[in-house]
Amino acid sequence: MAKLHEYQSRALLEQVGIAVPRGGVAVTPDDAGRIAADIGGPVVVKAQAWVTGRAALGAIRFAEDAAGAAEAARDILGMELGRHPVEQVLVVERLAIAREFYAGVIVDDQARAPVMIFSSQGGSGIEAIAREHPDRVARHTIDIRLGLRDFEARELARRAGLSGPLLAQVGGLLPRLYDAARRFDARAAEINPLALTDDGRLVAADCRFTIDDYAVFRQPDLEIAFARELDRPPTALERVAWDVERGDYRGTFFFIQMAQGFARGEGVVGFHGAGGGGSMMSMDALGAQGLHLANFVDTSGNPPASKVYRAARIILSQPGIDGYFASGSGVASQEQYHSARALVKAFLEEPLTVPAVIRLGGNAEEQAIAILERARARIPAPVEAYGKDDSPDFCAARLRDLIARTPPADAPPAYGPRPAQDPYRFDTVTGGTVTLDHARCRDCASKICISTCAPSILSLEGDVPVLNITREEAKRGGCVECLACEIECFFEGNGGGFVHLPIAGLDAACRAQTGEATDGDPD
Amino acid sequence: MAILIDRTKRVLVQGITGREGTARARLMRRYGTQVVAGITPGKGGQTVEGVPVFDTVGEAWEHAGPVDVSVLFIPAPLVKSAALEAIAAGVKLLVIVPDRVPIYDVLEIVDAADRAGARFVGPNTLGVLSPGEGVLGMIGGQAASAREWFFPGPVGITSRSGGITTSLAYYLARAGVGASTLVHVGGDPVVGLPHPAIVRLFERDPATRAIVLFGEIGTSQEEQVADLVEAGEVTKPIVAYIGGKGARGGTRFSHAGAIIEGGRGTYEGKVERLRGAGVTVVDAFDDIPGAARDVLARLGVPLREETP
Repeated sequence: MAKLHEYQSRALLEQVGIAVPRGGVAVTPDDAGRIAADIGGPVVVKAQAWVTGRAALGAIRFAEDAAGAAEAARDILGMELGRHPVEQVLVVERLAIAREFYAGVIVDDQARAPVMIFSSQGGSGIEAIAREHPDRVARHTIDIRLGLRDFEARELARRAGLSGPLLAQVGGLLPRLYDAARRFDARAAEINPLALTDDGRLVAADCRFTIDDYAVFRQPDLEIAFARELDRPPTALERVAWDVERGDYRGTFFFIQMAQGFARGEGVVGFHGAGGGGSMMSMDALGAQGLHLANFVDTSGNPPASKVYRAARIILSQPGIDGYFASGSGVASQEQYHSARALVKAFLEEPLTVPAVIRLGGNAEEQAIAILERARARIPAPVEAYGKDDSPDFCAARLRDLIARTPPADAPPAYGPRPAQDPYRFDTVTGGTVTLDHARCRDCASKICISTCAPSILSLEGDVPVLNITREEAKRGGCVECLACEIECFFEGNGGGFVHLPIAGLDAACRAQTGEATDGDPD
Repeated sequence: MAILIDRTKRVLVQGITGREGTARARLMRRYGTQVVAGITPGKGGQTVEGVPVFDTVGEAWEHAGPVDVSVLFIPAPLVKSAALEAIAAGVKLLVIVPDRVPIYDVLEIVDAADRAGARFVGPNTLGVLSPGEGVLGMIGGQAASAREWFFPGPVGITSRSGGITTSLAYYLARAGVGASTLVHVGGDPVVGLPHPAIVRLFERDPATRAIVLFGEIGTSQEEQVADLVEAGEVTKPIVAYIGGKGARGGTRFSHAGAIIEGGRGTYEGKVERLRGAGVTVVDAFDDIPGAARDVLARLGVPLREETP
């Protein structure tokens, strides 16, 4: 889930007319001082970080004037909170608070609807309040068609113990909070505390929005660069992976780096899972063998071979891994040969110099295993392929064994596109390019690209393969990037097919990682 | 019998001309599902895998006759519109295969389905398969593998992981235990038919004598199943496994979620609640087939359906 900082969240509240304390965000102490001077009175300086209990960590400070605010900002900026370096502070007027409430919208899986929660007692420890004073906390399940209506909001306030003008005031605010949650696709939108000031205003003294990852595409104004929940800022490689995921709606590619700054011989392996449940079990199997994960990857939901290939390239780009472990649920419904071709292309290009154990069980696993076994002749490092009757534990033990007795292999002969004499090219949906070298195709007896092309978009014209759809149709997704015209041609044909699949930012991230390997500092 | 899909159901495929739609329409037909029509707006008049394609669900209904189920293979941003179209046309069961459907879109589909008396599986589901009867979605991938892996029997399977759904049925089959129906409820936080809804359907299904459930951390689905068992609404024995025990610490639940759920959603919490209700919770995935055999042996139920 994409969490927003307070300064971002409060901007969303302002758009629906909910009052927030005067102030602004600063990235330097001088900025903080200027904002405080504009406010002209006592201020609060707040670290923008995703941890709770900032006050107790010294990450929320009071200041009486501009100089004090600048000093507080100097202390807070650069703090590490959780694993987040603090890069911004929010400087706001200090409110004279008479009472504190809690208001929040969450999407509730049991009600299968948004639920508004209001508590007449706010501040930290809202779970404890709900437990200890259930009479002060009221909930209302919202009708998605109607939204939260003002009378429902007033009733919610009444049930939480409010009455009189205050009830009316809260009743006016809660529907706006729901409107903001709905408009910005928030899984959760919370104001805590919702402050009643001495002069009778309701002000969102702190707030937090969590945006639905799946809806980020239709919230461009939020400028969410990375819609993944992490306990630290994303690494350069995680940003590269996220761009691959965002750029291709087919299937899911999830990537988290689990370790950095390791070296060969430490038992850290690249992990490539498929399917949520199976990935989790396979990860545990590696752990049981004493191996560590460089990363956690899940490619699932039937991604095309191109997406699995990009995932594999990203995994392999981590310096210092001792092996490569791919394992899913074991009995997958997706045709496993797409993933097999993807892995072979990545292993040839990278090239693979450490042992790999690949467990591609399920639909068409025999073909998948055959593809990997054929590639073994071209890859100096050991590659073993297994299917559904081989458990994750067995496969993880195989990898440990191979790592223990395999010295790092020399890089194999270079693999990649040879200059095409007579190139026939078309573009693909993710910015890739398919090149068929018709000079080679003419001599090719197999024409394997045509019979193995998953969407059957190649036909023979004379003695060479060409598209039987338009180039535009191919680019719109008619070519599914199954990689058969490259990998099958490599095995069976004349080596005339190549699919170029760029991965934006990967080279730069690799350079950054090599630097990191020495100082161990991510991003 | 089975739940949700059998050979009598008439099925529509929305998005049939797409990459997944075409491949899985072929799977469904070859496995025995009655696929009567496909929908892709703007591509009416074509034929895919021998199935006529229409521009709208209403048009399909007029020409191909009533439809029991629609299976959606549609890019996530367009799912809401397609689902609402099917519900408005009178389809009472939807299988929403795509993942990454925005959660508020799912809530709108929930609302429309509830008002129309319709139900849906998913989103983010592999689908539903009743061995020997039919398949909705993409379980098995190809008809040949689906036939090879699964056979009819007394166990109803419900899972929050797609790959695990098929793995469970396969490993049960290898232990000689057949299945009534396999359901992947979907991996998203809000799904149309979560575990408790599927378990209720299995309770009413005469072919199902025991239930195997794969749960995961997060949401309150497993706790709701425990509630049903405690209330006596589900009496058939359940064998459960909860995934995510080893998930890295710091798997977080939002503050507000913790309020609503009252501390529900953790691995330990789910196991404790299920065991407290009398559900057999196994610690290792590999123990599931054995536990299912034990349960069936106690009931004196044959492990697979006798062929007449």
